[in-house]
Amino acid sequence: MTETSTRETASGGSTSRGAGAAPHTPARPSRAAGLRDLSNWADWAALVGLIVLVVIFQSLNSTFLSPGNIQSMLVASAILIVLAIGQTFVVATAGIDLSVASTMTLAAVVFGMVFTAGHGLPLSMAAAVVAGAMVGLVNGLLVARGRITDFIVTLGTLSAASGLALILSDGKPATIISAPLLKLSTGSIGIFGYSVIVALVIALIAHIVLFRTRFGTHVLATGGNAEAANATGVRTKRVKTWVYVISGVLAGIGSILLVARVGAAEPAANTAFLLNSVAAVVLGGVSLFGGRATIIGPVIGALLLTALVNGLTLLGVSQFYQPLSVGIVVVLAAFLTRFQK
Amino acid sequence: MTETTPTPTIPLWQDVPSDALLDVRGVSLAFGQVRALRDVSMHARRGEVTAIVGDNGAGKSTLIRCISGIHKADEGSIDFDGERVHFRSPEEARSAGIETVHQNLALVEDLTVWQNLFLNREIVRGIGPVKLLDRGAMRKEAERMVSSLAVNVPAVGARVRRLSGGQRQAVSICRAAGFTSKLIIMDEPTAALGVQETARVEELIQRLRDEGHAIVLISHNFAQVLKLSDAVWVMRAGRCVAGRRTAETDGDEIVALITGARAGDLADEPA
Repeated sequence: MTETSTRETASGGSTSRGAGAAPHTPARPSRAAGLRDLSNWADWAALVGLIVLVVIFQSLNSTFLSPGNIQSMLVASAILIVLAIGQTFVVATAGIDLSVASTMTLAAVVFGMVFTAGHGLPLSMAAAVVAGAMVGLVNGLLVARGRITDFIVTLGTLSAASGLALILSDGKPATIISAPLLKLSTGSIGIFGYSVIVALVIALIAHIVLFRTRFGTHVLATGGNAEAANATGVRTKRVKTWVYVISGVLAGIGSILLVARVGAAEPAANTAFLLNSVAAVVLGGVSLFGGRATIIGPVIGALLLTALVNGLTLLGVSQFYQPLSVGIVVVLAAFLTRFQK
Repeated sequence: MTETTPTPTIPLWQDVPSDALLDVRGVSLAFGQVRALRDVSMHARRGEVTAIVGDNGAGKSTLIRCISGIHKADEGSIDFDGERVHFRSPEEARSAGIETVHQNLALVEDLTVWQNLFLNREIVRGIGPVKLLDRGAMRKEAERMVSSLAVNVPAVGARVRRLSGGQRQAVSICRAAGFTSKLIIMDEPTAALGVQETARVEELIQRLRDEGHAIVLISHNFAQVLKLSDAVWVMRAGRCVAGRRTAETDGDEIVALITGARAGDLADEPA
């Protein structure tokens, strides 16, 4: 399918360009080929960026690609991967979920409360996921049924969820001591930590849902042309609601990984996760206008952002430069998507 | 002029054949103070192209929106295929066998041709409790649907974004005709097309009719209406003022009926 569409791109592009230019100059085809290359790059911006970063960092510091460092990078990227996948579903419908990180914080606090109350690990984990799903449902209903702009709704829940987390926890972190959770954050199969395996399994399921189910097709149709989707009877409001629920559920799962990693449920802001989840989606070549999305793209985007921070740390660059570099990379990626067609 | 054209003894709207596919009786619809449809009666026969003409704002689109379940009439009745219907949604109309080809809004550009053809009618196969898309089956079936088009056949794996206007319209029509539809409603199917593409879409419409599909066609193009249709309904200011068998009328009469230069078949109408 990819082959067909690229070939289509090639023929469509050259014919329209040929029609625009009256005299056919021999230089045209090569320039067209160059532009095509750029548009291909845009689709693979994250992968190209990741490879470039790996080459640079490895040449500057040979420990970058050591198994130990790869393993820690993968573990560090797990939560971001999970959040970015949720964000991808929302962005695919031309929406945005600014509340993912706060939802994760709230879910972590709920996890802590249930665990501290002595209800055991399974129930605590379930409670965290349900809490995330509830926030997602509120987002979804307000956006789809309430017809309030996604940006405003999720900005509101961003604040509300982190506020709720502070209220519920009274601003104090709850220490979670649990052997299975410790295992989740430290155990591994080869260089793949359990948390990464969780993230990759989620990515696989998400890929199947997006490309192999009716729901996934309807997500892309809703984002691509909601009116047309509606005309064929696709319940676009329901689809819009569900993508926020998915994002919320994944924020809930992210909170479990976060609690496992930190060893505590704390009402911290986690703002970086929000920005990076959007950044990973943009890096992954997902159109912010909706209708075009992949799962592998944002996953690679999340890996890239993690590798960037990890590499800079390895090189001894001050932490203060990390947000700056992330910002530059994201804007560069967004610039590349201009060539996407 | 008025004297030369013979007025039918019985107005067409009263002359409903017993096996009419679609029979609209006295339908009215108001949006607040605006009376978009007033006591509209018309019908469409099986295996025919039925045209609806009228000026902008005459109520053509509102009428077909009532038929296709987007709007619900305030008064009046719609009989389809021998049964009284009360569609509450386009889906209900579709499951009854009424497909609508909208002017421009019907395709998702970032999806492929086959995905659009099967949008919301995806073929799935169950793997345990999970239902996954049967992409192969859909592609194969899409290939079959598209290959019957007279229009230069688009690749089913191509994104709709890459298609020309005529190809897009062909895909829309194909989608409407491809599933067990009894009536295809087309709202200005050639409005955005060039001359050649219009000719091809017209061929497609004729072929669908020849294959036994019933079509309701809204058009501003009188030549097209006279060429394609078997019956014409004229709307003016929310009313269906006249109906004619196309063979028994001409462009001049239709224009006169549209503009109101000639009174229609309605007794109470102020000419």
